[in-house]
Amino acid sequence: MKIQIRGGRVIDPASGLDAVQDIYVAAGHIVGVGAAPADFHANQVIDASGLVVCPGLVDLAVRLREPGLEYMATLESEMHACAVGGITSLACPPDTSPPLDEPGLVEMLKFRAKHMPGPRVYPIGALTRQLKGERLTEMAELNEAGCVAFSQADAPLVDTQVLLRAMEYAKTFELPIWLRPQDPHLAREGVAHDGVVAARLGLPAIPVPAETVALATILLLVRETGARVHLARLSSRAGIEMVRRAKHDGLPITCDVGAHYIHLSEMDTADFNAHCHLVPPLRSQRDRDAIRQGLADGTIDAICSDHAPVDDDAKEKPFQEAEPGATGVELLLPLTLKWAAEAGLPLTRALGYISHRPAGILGIEAGRVAAGQPADLCLFDPDAHWLVSAASLASLGKNSPYLGFEMRGRVQYTLIDGHLDFRREPPRGHHHH
Amino acid sequence: MPTSLPTPEQLIDQLARAIAPVIHDSAPGDPPWALVGIHTGGVWVMDGLMRRLGADLPRGVLDIAFYRDDFSRIGLHPQVKPSSIPFEVEGCRILLIDDVLYTGRTIRAAMNLLFDYGRPAAIKLAVLVDRGGRELPLCADFVGANLNLAADEHISLNQNHDGVGLHFAIQQR
Amino acid sequence: MATNLQLTEDGRLRHLLTLEGLPRRILTQILDTAASFVPVAERDVKKVPLLRGKAIFNIFFENSTRTRTTFEIAAKRLSADIVNLNINASSLSKGETLLDTVANLSAMQADMFIVRHAAAGAAHLIARNVAPHISVINAGDGRCAHPTQGLLDMYTLRHYKGEFHNLRVAIVGDILHSRVARSQIHALTTLGCPEVRVVAPKTLLPRDVESLGVHVHHNMEDGIRDVDAVLMLRLQNERMRGSRLPSAGEFFKHWGLTPAKLKLARPDAIVMHPGPMNRGVEIDSEVADGVQSVILSQVTFGIAVRMAVMSLLAGSGAQA
Repeated sequence: MKIQIRGGRVIDPASGLDAVQDIYVAAGHIVGVGAAPADFHANQVIDASGLVVCPGLVDLAVRLREPGLEYMATLESEMHACAVGGITSLACPPDTSPPLDEPGLVEMLKFRAKHMPGPRVYPIGALTRQLKGERLTEMAELNEAGCVAFSQADAPLVDTQVLLRAMEYAKTFELPIWLRPQDPHLAREGVAHDGVVAARLGLPAIPVPAETVALATILLLVRETGARVHLARLSSRAGIEMVRRAKHDGLPITCDVGAHYIHLSEMDTADFNAHCHLVPPLRSQRDRDAIRQGLADGTIDAICSDHAPVDDDAKEKPFQEAEPGATGVELLLPLTLKWAAEAGLPLTRALGYISHRPAGILGIEAGRVAAGQPADLCLFDPDAHWLVSAASLASLGKNSPYLGFEMRGRVQYTLIDGHLDFRREPPRGHHHH
Repeated sequence: MPTSLPTPEQLIDQLARAIAPVIHDSAPGDPPWALVGIHTGGVWVMDGLMRRLGADLPRGVLDIAFYRDDFSRIGLHPQVKPSSIPFEVEGCRILLIDDVLYTGRTIRAAMNLLFDYGRPAAIKLAVLVDRGGRELPLCADFVGANLNLAADEHISLNQNHDGVGLHFAIQQR
Repeated sequence: MATNLQLTEDGRLRHLLTLEGLPRRILTQILDTAASFVPVAERDVKKVPLLRGKAIFNIFFENSTRTRTTFEIAAKRLSADIVNLNINASSLSKGETLLDTVANLSAMQADMFIVRHAAAGAAHLIARNVAPHISVINAGDGRCAHPTQGLLDMYTLRHYKGEFHNLRVAIVGDILHSRVARSQIHALTTLGCPEVRVVAPKTLLPRDVESLGVHVHHNMEDGIRDVDAVLMLRLQNERMRGSRLPSAGEFFKHWGLTPAKLKLARPDAIVMHPGPMNRGVEIDSEVADGVQSVILSQVTFGIAVRMAVMSLLAGSGAQA
């Protein structure tokens, strides 16, 4: 299958390319950008005029809810939702049921995902058995089965000794560890940022030191062991400042934030909106501003969707009892574009946080538009407005803080490995231009 | 406004003359009399009667807001005043006083309310104006004036701006 | 938002979920209406026919006989039919969600729900999901709000102290876990009380509590000096077992209200407590039973305040 993508505004954040050019795809790879290769005869021509053609998005945290949590969402539904959102590679956390702590589970997931349309799936293995935080998993074996990194997802480790051993063992095989910094004791029973809104509403609170105390421990142990650690879902100004200094000191760390945290704050929880019950909690406006600053100055390496589809029954509860998380794969691009517009950042920079930068953290060849690269591409209309609603979301998770809000920027085509895995049907009664 | 309608003060005079013999003509051992006005106009009329009757009778005030039968249609009146019945209702003869008698629903509510304080020996009703249009089988024992108003006409007793005198207002609805 | 959820389009009370954001005119209207219900309880027939035929459901997801009873008495004095439901965790764990339960009760032609729940915002969630003719009263949701308690405290304060604009009030004890304190604070600030103090150890105060418009005192002697009213809070037993307090004895020594400490308040200061009291933990018996204590009046006024809230809510569905 040879595809010509004609007349789109091609943006490649890795190289800084931003120009109207044609792209030529053959045998699952990009074979030409700008000029057609000799003897290229397209089987299909995609008219990309008016669209941005960028690397397929790379998302560091997508819960596919398989195995075991199919009542929330299914692999099929969420793989499709990813394609709708322009995501072509994803990392899935190990917090499935059972957790991804055995090679067989990982192989099964990879096998199932490979045989359906949708993004490339990179499982993150469980760091400890059953995610119980006590005994290490067979990391080397899980790595062979396809795990690209190891994590506890949102589960705690029983003590700091396990953390030290996990880092030492992972370092032995040069395997990365992904950690969400949170002291389980300081966060105990908490559901909201320890600030003005929790004080008003009487919500059990999670103080900022829950993040910074854990972060301090992790950073000291990284210094000690030299382990490669990726810090997931930073939420506080103080935490970002610690990472900024640690990076300055040359520690081998990277970090990400969830796309919702760039825009929302504790103020959005003030009416008990359970869709804003997220983990970690939405913090103050100062913390949100620090996240924006951390992205702008490069302290933060990537934006992820932190996709967590949750069924309505689990969300239609009082705030503190509602299952945390928000659906995210279809909002990753528009929320990133919204930030870029508000911060006045060019797309060549903003899109990097959801393409080649996270690809670098994953250690995969993805996130670039260049000849020889895999043909993973996202074509979106930067000016298309759409309403976030249960009907407009492809994910089975309809749990979004943005329900009823309008988004700008909508994916029209998603190519994965040279296949057109998603193509938006033109709205009924309208001509497609 | 029909020019024939006397002023409220004239009507209260008239009412007092009719009521005085009944109230004053008690034999020893007869149940005592008490005056009860319905908030707000009835209380003004009651106070006017009190001055004219010159008798030191017990005085009670009823706000029937909690007893209205149209609560589910119009909700609670925005300014409910506490009812005050500072005497024993049980066995007492009560002169119930209101400004305008119309459908009879207010009087029914007031009697229900009175009975929640006790069982009176008798109730007599005095009104300044009977405007017709009854919806319940009630009639007053003492009436200042009878008027025949159309359903879309509304008569009310109001206090003058100086807070001393009273006047009637008739409006087309 | 929370405020709009509580009011009809023409500004009448639609649900009572929290005192936060409720306009002063509504608070005053409730207190004024309550005043006219107080004499009803002094009559032989302690009942008015106002809510005859209305079906009120006491839905208690968290057990509280005392609070449930006060609502029950209030409903009965208004001639409403009241049904008590204690919904324990087990019936919810059978797979029926909170909203399923509410939908079921709505189908029984309910007119009003009185809801007690352990989680903040539960009453808001129910109010958002009930049929338009049903009103919801929050009878306590987690640590968030207990609006009728806050209102009866305001009624009591106004009864003994007059208007709020020159009052100095101290709220003492476990502010962090107290829905009563939050409701008191919102009501006092809305009604124009110029100085609201909270008095507690740091472990029993929410972070950023100053943002609620209160002055923080850790030392009780400073905190109650020259106040017109001392509002004591109940200290839950479980607080004495965790890491927030070393012992009931040490709490009492520093934050318990004793006759000696009460002397620091104004001589005519009143003492209030939402009950049930822990004598010897947050309050000395001599104070609880003393001349400055108005704790039993609070209970009496509580019935009238709840009657007022129910009447105003039941009437708000009517066309003005």
